[in-house]
Amino acid sequence: MKPARNLTLFLLLAPAVIWLGLLIILPHVEILVLSLSERVGPRVYKFGFGNYLEFFTEPLYWRTFARTAIMSILVTVITLVLAFPIALYIARVAQGRLKAMLLLLCLLPFWVSELVRTLGWMMLLRETGLISYLLQMTGLVGQPVEMLYNDGAVILGLVYGGLLFMIVPLANALESLEPSVVEAGYDLGGSRWTVLRRIVIPHATPGIVAGSIIVFMLTVGNFATPVLLGGKNGLWFTEQIYAQFITRFNWPQGAAFGMLLLVLSSAIVWAGLRLSGQSLGTTLRQA
Amino acid sequence: MRAAMASSSDLDLVAVTKRFGPHLAVNDVSFSVTRGDFFSILGPSGCGKTTLMRMIAGFEDPTSGDIRIRGKSMVGVPANRRPVNMVFQSLALFPMMSVGENVAYGLNCRGVARAEAEQRATRMLERVGLKGFAERRVTALSGGQRQRVAIARCLVLEPTLVLLDEPLGALDLKLREHMKIELKQLQSTFNTTFAYITHDQSEALVMSDRIAVMNQGRFEQVGSPRELYHNPATPFVASFVGETNRWSGEGGGAGGTDIRLAAGATVHSTGIVPAKSVLCFVRPEAVALSANAESLASLPNRFEGRVSAVLFDGANSSLLIDTQGFDQPIRAVLPQAGPLAGIEVGASIHLGWTADAMKVFPA
Repeated sequence: MKPARNLTLFLLLAPAVIWLGLLIILPHVEILVLSLSERVGPRVYKFGFGNYLEFFTEPLYWRTFARTAIMSILVTVITLVLAFPIALYIARVAQGRLKAMLLLLCLLPFWVSELVRTLGWMMLLRETGLISYLLQMTGLVGQPVEMLYNDGAVILGLVYGGLLFMIVPLANALESLEPSVVEAGYDLGGSRWTVLRRIVIPHATPGIVAGSIIVFMLTVGNFATPVLLGGKNGLWFTEQIYAQFITRFNWPQGAAFGMLLLVLSSAIVWAGLRLSGQSLGTTLRQA
Repeated sequence: MRAAMASSSDLDLVAVTKRFGPHLAVNDVSFSVTRGDFFSILGPSGCGKTTLMRMIAGFEDPTSGDIRIRGKSMVGVPANRRPVNMVFQSLALFPMMSVGENVAYGLNCRGVARAEAEQRATRMLERVGLKGFAERRVTALSGGQRQRVAIARCLVLEPTLVLLDEPLGALDLKLREHMKIELKQLQSTFNTTFAYITHDQSEALVMSDRIAVMNQGRFEQVGSPRELYHNPATPFVASFVGETNRWSGEGGGAGGTDIRLAAGATVHSTGIVPAKSVLCFVRPEAVALSANAESLASLPNRFEGRVSAVLFDGANSSLLIDTQGFDQPIRAVLPQAGPLAGIEVGASIHLGWTADAMKVFPA
């Protein structure tokens, strides 16, 4: 019986192991190896940390990363602030069909590819776009307004893309809050603000952390939205990786940037967890 | 404002009605609770007692009528501004806070300084027998301890009225029996008015000074536990409060006191029974048992039957006796100290009851 059971276990685990091994571990090992090879001459490589050093010595690179990280944190915070009331409504007010409908509405934009969604925003925001046209129609502005190719447009696009990934874990966390606990909060004299601050938010913390991690990671690693909505001013770190791999054909440098993106953004997530006093374990259980 | 009323009662409900769409959850209920009383609202689930309590707490607004606390109308006053605190059925302790923080929460809301709030919370925990528990997580407490935290959390605010919504429901039997006594003791030490809702008649009978029996949105009767038990005003109260035998029959008419039961027997009551269908109730402890007919000779209602079941439950043991003329076995208390204590199924037995032990209501 025992060998048979082991075989079953092995077969059941096989897809996951293969997936992890071939699609995640193997490429990353390859990238790590690649990133540690310095180009010393045409087609001549040697082992070294030069590619990593390049990141810290060339201000453009680390500044781009810092900008990406700070904007991603900003996007995460804005997404959280916007998603919280929506999730609260879905989890605690809406019932039955309405609840399902609202979740579906949040999901609906994701049936369209990210590229198309971003192009949609471009049509709205560009100089000859709908919003500019409407502003001229109502006489609020005298000439066409360009709303693309600035940080605001990038943040808008990224928040839009991250909203769903914040709403779902938040709504999940809020749903498990017993209604009578909230009522007890009021009954004992709490104002709306007190109940929110001392009961609802602490209860939702694992959901907040889970949503924030997902949105932050998606935002940091996003490529299409900052490139399309930010244009030349986008300056997203993923563009640097793209440029190294595709434009400059400097794969080792690109690989080093890729590893740095992974390590540095993980470090930011870790710092965030420490600051909010959450452990990854409880957060994952919530998500 | 009725000053006289305000001085003696903590809570007055005047013709309170609550509708949910076409459904009448609470139908024209009026009552007063005297200061320092333990008042219970007893009723089956779905009778509207929870809705009533939620209106007093401020979570629902009455469709019509007035709720007054110490003479002040509470209609339109939000829950967090009422001098009323509630112990929830699920207790609803704050799992994100420690025991001490749970108790201090209400004080914090009132703007009591942190140090003082902590001190008062600690003192309150001592008074409910939870000394040294302030730092514990609420999830690490036993059922009875959680109960006490829920009550301490209310009492620390010194409310005019504490509402308790079946707080013992989730406890196991042994603990429930214990908490009944403890709750009653807490209430008398703090001398706070308690309004307690329950579907468990034994909880209501043991703890209450006064009980309101509620059914289908209305109050059937308000009175002391003894009054309800011995002088029920309606058939519902007679059958809901305490164990009872219940038979339907028809009055003999002609100014007599005879009732012919549907299954054939004739029983005698004290009052004149009109020739209409009636319901008769006799408590199991009012049924006298004897091995011979002579010792029951003085009773107007005498029968002979055969024991069909012995329900042994210590001091609450009873017999089910198949009796000619009754559609179901008669239930009678079996004293465990008496000569019949060892009676077996199938034994023949004589039984009877006085005329005034039987309550008769028009059906």
